[in-house]
Amino acid sequence: MNAFLATVRRDLLLALRRKSEVLTAVFFFVIVTSLFPLGIGPEPVLLKKIAPGILWVAALLATLLGLPRLFSADHVDGTLEQMALSPSPLGLLVAGKILAHWLLCGLPLVLLAPILGLQFDLDASTLGILTLALLLGTPLLSLIGAIGAALTLGVRGGGVLLALLVLPLYIPALIFGAGAVEAHSAGLGAGGHLSLLAAMLALAGFFAPWATTAALRVALE
Amino acid sequence: MLNVSGLACSRGERRLFTDVGFSLDPGEWLHVQGENGAGKTSLMRLLVGLSPADAGEIRWRNEPTPSVEFRRDLIYLGHHAAVKEDLTPLENLLLAAALDGVGLDERTALAALVRLGLRGREDLPVRVLSAGQKRRVLLARLLTRPAVIWVLDEAFNALDVAAVRLLGDLIAEHLAAGGMAVLTSHQPLPVPGGKALVL
Repeated sequence: MNAFLATVRRDLLLALRRKSEVLTAVFFFVIVTSLFPLGIGPEPVLLKKIAPGILWVAALLATLLGLPRLFSADHVDGTLEQMALSPSPLGLLVAGKILAHWLLCGLPLVLLAPILGLQFDLDASTLGILTLALLLGTPLLSLIGAIGAALTLGVRGGGVLLALLVLPLYIPALIFGAGAVEAHSAGLGAGGHLSLLAAMLALAGFFAPWATTAALRVALE
Repeated sequence: MLNVSGLACSRGERRLFTDVGFSLDPGEWLHVQGENGAGKTSLMRLLVGLSPADAGEIRWRNEPTPSVEFRRDLIYLGHHAAVKEDLTPLENLLLAAALDGVGLDERTALAALVRLGLRGREDLPVRVLSAGQKRRVLLARLLTRPAVIWVLDEAFNALDVAAVRLLGDLIAEHLAAGGMAVLTSHQPLPVPGGKALVL
C-alpha cells in the first residue's frame, strides 16, 4: 500500500515540476466547451439539450490528451523497467499511476464542469447530476485509457493509434454519462444511469490495472 | 544460489546464443563478454526477468525466477539513466526506495550521494547534471537498496577514472559481504577474480 501511495506522490510531484503538461488538458476542456455556446449563439433550449453531450465529449478528449505520457516518459528514461523489477507488485504501482492521472487530468474536469455548465443555462440540480456523472465517469476513462496507453507503448505514431483504440471503448461511459443528465432533465431520474456508470467503474477498477500490467510487461520485453 | 542452465535467446530469426549456463555462489561475480550484438544485454534482460527465454532455466535459491524473493534480492542497472530528470538526486533515491517498499532515511541517502561524489548536487534537478553525474545518481542506488545480486549492464560507461575505481571498490565490498554480481563491459574491470562468460 505504501508503494501505491509513493507512486501517486511521485507522479504528482513530477506533474508539479511540469505544470504546463497538466494545464494543457484542463485549458483544452475549458476552451472546447466554451466554443460551442459562442458558435451556436444565445439559444437556451438548444444549448440545454446539447450540454451533456458536449461536456462529456470534451472530457473524453481532454482525458485522452494526457494518456500518451502516462507510461511513455517512464519507458523512455528506464524507470518503468525499474518498476517492473521492483519487489512491489507492478499492478499496485500501475494503479497508483492511474490514480495520479485521474487526479491530474480527471478531477479538475469534474470541478470545472459545474462552472462551465452555466454557459449552457443548466439549472442547479442538472449541474449536480452532471458533476456526479463525471465524478463516476472520469476515473473510468483513466482506467480504460491506461490499458490503451500500455498497449501502444513504444509504437511509432502511438498517439493516434491510442485515440483510435481507446475512444470506441469510451462509448459506454459517454452514453450513460450524458444519458444520466438527459434522463434527469426529462424527469425520469438519473439513478439507473449512474448505477450503471458506478458498476462499470467497479469492474474497470478491478480489471484495468491488471490488464495494463500485462500489456506493460509485453511492451518491456 | 544463482543457477542458469541451457539458456537460449533469439531476436527475430537470428539466434543470439544457445545453451548458456553458469552458476554463482556468494562472493563470486561473472564477467559477460562478447562483441557488439552478441547478446550481452539480451542475456541480462533474460536473467532479471524482463524478457522470457526461448529455452532454459534460471533458478534463484533453488526457486525458478522471476519470483518476488528474487526481485527483492536483485538490483538491475541497465543502459538507461533510470532517474527522473525533473527531480533532484535526493528525491530520486527516496522515491525509488519508496516504490520498492524499502525504508530509506534522508541521512543514508545523502551519505550515498556524498560517497558517489555528488556533494552539493543533491538539491539540483538531475536535468542540469552531466551524463556521468546522472550515472552516479543511479549508482547511488547500490548503496541505498540492500540487495544480494547486482546485475550491471555496461555500468562503467560514461564514468571518469575516479568513478570507475569507486564502482570497482563498491563491487569488491559487495562481494566481500557475501554478495554476487553479473557485469558486462568491454574494458577490463577493476574487480579481482571473477568467472568469465564469452557469448
